[in-house]
Amino acid sequence: MATLKLEIITPEAKVYSQDVDMVTIPGSEGEMGIYPMHLPVMTQVAAGEVIARTGAKESYLAVGDGFVQITGEKVAIMTDMAIAAENIDELQAEEARKRAEARLAEKLDDEETALVQAALAHSLAQLDVKRRRRG
Amino acid sequence: MPSTRDIRRRIKSVKNTAQITKAMQMVAASKMRKAQDAALAGRPYAVQMNAVLAEVSAHVGDFSHPLIEKRDEIKKRGLIVVSSDKGLCGALNTNLLREVAKYDVATTVHITAGRKASQYVARTKRQLAAEFTYKDAPTFAEARQISKFAQEMFTSGKVDSVDVLYTDFVNTLVQKPNVQSFLPVGEISALEADMKGDDSQKHQALSAGTTEFVFEPGANAVMSALLPHYLNYRMYQILLEAKASEHSARMVAMKSATDNAKELIKDLTLQYNKLRQANITSELLEITTAQMALGN
Repeated sequence: MATLKLEIITPEAKVYSQDVDMVTIPGSEGEMGIYPMHLPVMTQVAAGEVIARTGAKESYLAVGDGFVQITGEKVAIMTDMAIAAENIDELQAEEARKRAEARLAEKLDDEETALVQAALAHSLAQLDVKRRRRG
Repeated sequence: MPSTRDIRRRIKSVKNTAQITKAMQMVAASKMRKAQDAALAGRPYAVQMNAVLAEVSAHVGDFSHPLIEKRDEIKKRGLIVVSSDKGLCGALNTNLLREVAKYDVATTVHITAGRKASQYVARTKRQLAAEFTYKDAPTFAEARQISKFAQEMFTSGKVDSVDVLYTDFVNTLVQKPNVQSFLPVGEISALEADMKGDDSQKHQALSAGTTEFVFEPGANAVMSALLPHYLNYRMYQILLEAKASEHSARMVAMKSATDNAKELIKDLTLQYNKLRQANITSELLEITTAQMALGN
């Protein structure tokens, strides 16, 4: 069976690069499931969860917002944050979420609000991935 | 005439200095390697970004965005100055700040990254809009802050153009101050694949693809999301470049300091030996004269 090459790239490193059977990405227009031979698509991803399925095995990653380029044999996601579920530190993420929420309650200018919201989205995505996989 | 003890003391102190500069040279060398590795690690991202950019810009037709719009009259210009936090890196900051001095005091608003730049702006009473810091290993988040702030200033009309002034890393021995225009985004150019600029890869990446892509939700929407991102990433690369320059400049400066100290030690040792010899000779002379006086 044909496989897809999933690449997740952040400015700091190439986080993930493996052949997988199927990928689910949090697209800006809703969740997208991608199989090999998919139509070439260029779209945006929102902060959320990427699921990579190889056989019966599934791996999960939390990603920030970014862009994705899909071709028949490759899915390349570029984002500013990507972290595998097993590497997520729940306590740290929870703390980051609380910090971000507390900051949002304060009076901030637009610039800061956007930054804090991005941080909040990141930590929420991480927490979401972590909790869902535990239950 | 210094005594032998004075010279010994001086040799000791110069040796201590040499030890410190040598240690700093080593530290700078390892940090420089790290900075270069960081730039290399960002390379796949640059390649991917180029691919997406090429694809998107080939498909957007008439596209306008506040970040692209050129303003006819430039009343105020913004200048992002990227300097180092610490000194002891040769002429790096001096050369950089000399470029800052060329900008008109009245119409330039400065955004600084790095302590040396903000100190300079404060000292010369220039206008400072914001000062940012970045760590030894610059993170993308730090770059994004700077770039977002610049975009904000531009779109809100506080400034009509933004330039970036940073130290370009040519090689370990050569770093030169470089000005790039940051906003408005003119021609979207290929990102440098890394600091040395891998040309073949760069061009290959920017020649638009052969596959027809579907854009979701649309080429224009993707483009408007891509633009700020492109700027953030450019800023990140600039920070990396500035860091690599700083560390290599420091390494070279510390190396020449160590060499100078060694030279000085050599001279002092020679002087010390000469003096010691002279002392012994005069002592011997004294003894023999005294003996001769007594013996006869």
